[in-house]
Amino acid sequence: MSSGPVRFGVVVFPGSNCDADSHHAISTFPGTDVRYLWHKDTDLQGVQAVILPGGFSYGDYLRCGAIARFSPIMQSVIDFADDGGLVMGICNGFQTLVEAGLLPGGLIRNTGLKFVCRYVNLRVETTETPFTGACEQGELLRIVVKHNEGNYTVDPDTLARMKAGDQIVLRYVNAAGERADGANPNGALDDIAGVCNEARNVFGMMPHPENSVEADLAGGADGRKLFQSIIDTVLRAAEVTA
Amino acid sequence: MTYVNRTADLAAAIKLGLTEDEYEHIKRIQEREPTYVELAIYSLMWSEHCSYKHSRPILGRFPTSGPRILQGPGENAGIIDVGDGWAVAMKVESHNHPSAVEPFQGAATGVGGIVRDIFTMGARPCVSMDSLRFGELTEPRQRFLLDGVVGGIAHYGNCLGIPTIGGEIYFEPSYEGNCLVNAMSAGLIRTDGIVRAIASGVGNHVVLIGSKTGRDGIGGASVLASQEFDETLEEKRPSVQVGDPFTEKKLIEACLELIHRKLVVSMQDLGAAGLTSSSSEMSSKGFVGLDIHADRVPLREADMEPWEIMISESQERMLAIVTEEQLADVREVCERWDLDCTVIGEVTDSKMLRIHWHGERVADIPARRLADESPVIRTPSVKPGYLVDDPVTVDDGSYPRPQDLGAALTQLLAAPNIASKRWAWEQYDYIVQANTVQIPGSDAAVLRIKDTQRGIAFSNDCNGRHCYLDPYRGSKAAVAEAARNLSCAGALPVAVTDCLNFGNPEKGEIYWQFEQAVEGIAEACEALDTPVVSGNVSFYNESFGQAIYPTPMIGMLGIYDDVSIHLDDAFKAEGDVIVVLGPEAGWMDGSEYQKIAYGTVAGRVPDVDLQLEAELQAKVRAAVAARLLKSAHDCAEGGLAVALAECAIASGSDGGAVYADPDSPARVAGRGRWLGADVDLGATAAVAGAAGRPDLALFGEAPSRIVVSVAPEKLAALEELLGGLPHRVAGRVTGADLRCTMEGEELFTVPVSELHSAYESLPQRLA
Repeated sequence: MSSGPVRFGVVVFPGSNCDADSHHAISTFPGTDVRYLWHKDTDLQGVQAVILPGGFSYGDYLRCGAIARFSPIMQSVIDFADDGGLVMGICNGFQTLVEAGLLPGGLIRNTGLKFVCRYVNLRVETTETPFTGACEQGELLRIVVKHNEGNYTVDPDTLARMKAGDQIVLRYVNAAGERADGANPNGALDDIAGVCNEARNVFGMMPHPENSVEADLAGGADGRKLFQSIIDTVLRAAEVTA
Repeated sequence: MTYVNRTADLAAAIKLGLTEDEYEHIKRIQEREPTYVELAIYSLMWSEHCSYKHSRPILGRFPTSGPRILQGPGENAGIIDVGDGWAVAMKVESHNHPSAVEPFQGAATGVGGIVRDIFTMGARPCVSMDSLRFGELTEPRQRFLLDGVVGGIAHYGNCLGIPTIGGEIYFEPSYEGNCLVNAMSAGLIRTDGIVRAIASGVGNHVVLIGSKTGRDGIGGASVLASQEFDETLEEKRPSVQVGDPFTEKKLIEACLELIHRKLVVSMQDLGAAGLTSSSSEMSSKGFVGLDIHADRVPLREADMEPWEIMISESQERMLAIVTEEQLADVREVCERWDLDCTVIGEVTDSKMLRIHWHGERVADIPARRLADESPVIRTPSVKPGYLVDDPVTVDDGSYPRPQDLGAALTQLLAAPNIASKRWAWEQYDYIVQANTVQIPGSDAAVLRIKDTQRGIAFSNDCNGRHCYLDPYRGSKAAVAEAARNLSCAGALPVAVTDCLNFGNPEKGEIYWQFEQAVEGIAEACEALDTPVVSGNVSFYNESFGQAIYPTPMIGMLGIYDDVSIHLDDAFKAEGDVIVVLGPEAGWMDGSEYQKIAYGTVAGRVPDVDLQLEAELQAKVRAAVAARLLKSAHDCAEGGLAVALAECAIASGSDGGAVYADPDSPARVAGRGRWLGADVDLGATAAVAGAAGRPDLALFGEAPSRIVVSVAPEKLAALEELLGGLPHRVAGRVTGADLRCTMEGEELFTVPVSELHSAYESLPQRLA
């Protein structure tokens, strides 16, 4: 791999609405190059990491992400992921990854039956992923969730395999870092906020780290470590190759 | 075709809501009997909703210009220069009647409509706020309406990716049959990128972009918006449109690209009265004619008649004027966003609005006369009999002194009008677009402008109860409070958009309320230097003859040269000094305390001293800018005690989420657990003719009051800055209790955790 800026691609579906925020968030990191990937295209333009942003992809009047997975760009993203490329799905992007079968489980309606926009405390359950390598084990990240269908669910056998395989990446906890009533905003099984695949190169999370990259905004800056982890991973891979 | 010959008669005109005089006037303009399509067009354009026939003569009273104002009233939105080449487009609009009929879609399409007004001018919508009014929550139907309206706002706004950063919600019996949904939106635009809705260039194409046209919203402006409600409420449901935010999201992106690439001559959204109002406004403003071929409009239902096509209020549609050379590029952009893009007509030099149907002319109306000669009506105003000249006498036995002032405070904090509206705003995405500096729950919404130091802030306010007791004073107070909220956050108030919600203007007493309110707003806007740049009048807010409280909602824009100075209402550190700015007189009249503790709304509200108000706000802004203050909070409903409680409750919140465990280690300095206060009321109870009533000092309401906290070492600097402005050092920020004394004698001590539980109790009332 060549050195130079770390190249990110942010997929744009017609109903994406966190695409610009994701683009902006990455651009706050020096040494990055971020570009949009239009849903009707198939060319990933040589990016080293793909972000599937939040929003409502194709309106999501059907199941969230159910149509997005069939878009031309997603066929390329699936191939990219199968080749070990780094793919991070945020919110609607997580829903799309699940629909595409790149991540296990499903995301159903919040138990409160309402859209919820709220700060949550996330506990980093594993640093052994390309997306959390810059975090400490058990570190708390304070990031906003905003979704209507963020209630993660998965069958018991798969959940057991995911736990055994260290695929639970983020959990909702209280401010003391403990799983507790009221800490989970959507009823997600096992307080799961983010998971990765077995190969660990595909990651989905419901909260929005792209709205948590600037300390002087309401969202704070706790999301930076997740993007930093991706950058570190790409740079390390480049060093190894060099 | 039958339509050409299908002339209308007086009976048809009256059925469409026109009067006999108006019908005769139409005949004079047309110099013949109008066709049915023409009559339908006149009926809508001359409806109250589109023509402002009752309000136009009065609205001229508003100040509308100033050095920062780039666009005043008369366009889709007002535009204000906010510095560094940036401007803000802002507007508020009511969607009261549709929301009363079908709350979810009514509110959703209200958001959709106001957002279109913003991006039509080339601005990218960056914030929404919503002012809502319902009847009491003890009524199941009111809970249904609240749930539907908030859900509809959330559904539409969240899907568009426009942050909804607050608003206000009040509950009064007067709104029971006629809820209010006032949707406000604002957008950012470069000062050189403004597009206006003026058709020009003979031969240019008239292009319809966006959704197909259906039968939804037929006659919404005339049937719903320009009549009172009665027992036919349910039958009116077909007049409510259905929103598709996904299409609107695509429309925003496509239209902003068209505007930024200068591919359109002008643009107008299709709102109330659909194609009729958009085409007639564009042609009359441009002194040109438009030929519209109604048969070319893409339809959802094949058998629609031309008059239905012309007045349909199907959502998510835009009308653009496009040159022949740029038509291909416009088509390319729309195709990329999977939007219909159809040439439905052309600009002509006839100055006539002509509607064609399969080659035949079905309407031929002089565009200027349709716009200019809409009727003007001034109802002779009558001062309502319920008004009184003097404040209530609290010691006449009707207002027995409460035994437990601490309990009275928690009761007030739990009152739906005061309690936290977190239940509502947590359903709104308030952080998308990565500009949100201050989330809902404090005095103002604050956003930064990317790549600059600048920021903008928004507030909206109106105490309908005060406006009912005195529309002039209440309206003045609404402007003053909106500005005060911005000043507390450190922003300079610069412009107003207003939504004037009133009853039936054909009634003298309602017209009087309206005139008084406009006068109050005008005086306050002049004194505070905040011109009115846009707005909306909503009349006929009555059901079964009962009018709502006059509710002139004020939406205000504030600006920052340096947004990093912004301030919120939360106490920050133990030991900080609490100072009350402004006069401390607290009135019983029209207060939430009067309503909650005594079950009555009576008396006369205090008048705002605008000179004092302007000075108070200037001093607070100066103190914020000099970074002297730790917190600032306006005293509004519930008076000084509720303001103190809110500052204490907010101290335990970190950016909107209350820690599940308030004793957990703070992650942000000064936050993470609740701070309280120890405040002495001094001799302030000797006010409003109620000597020795500590309850009035605590809960009485009055304008021009702000509670601030300041680090002890900065107190002297603050007092020097305040100079002769009335103020009093009242106490200190302390541990976890709110304690109030009067000249040293304890009135109550309540743990902030208890205050918090009361303040966050709204969900229990909705269960």
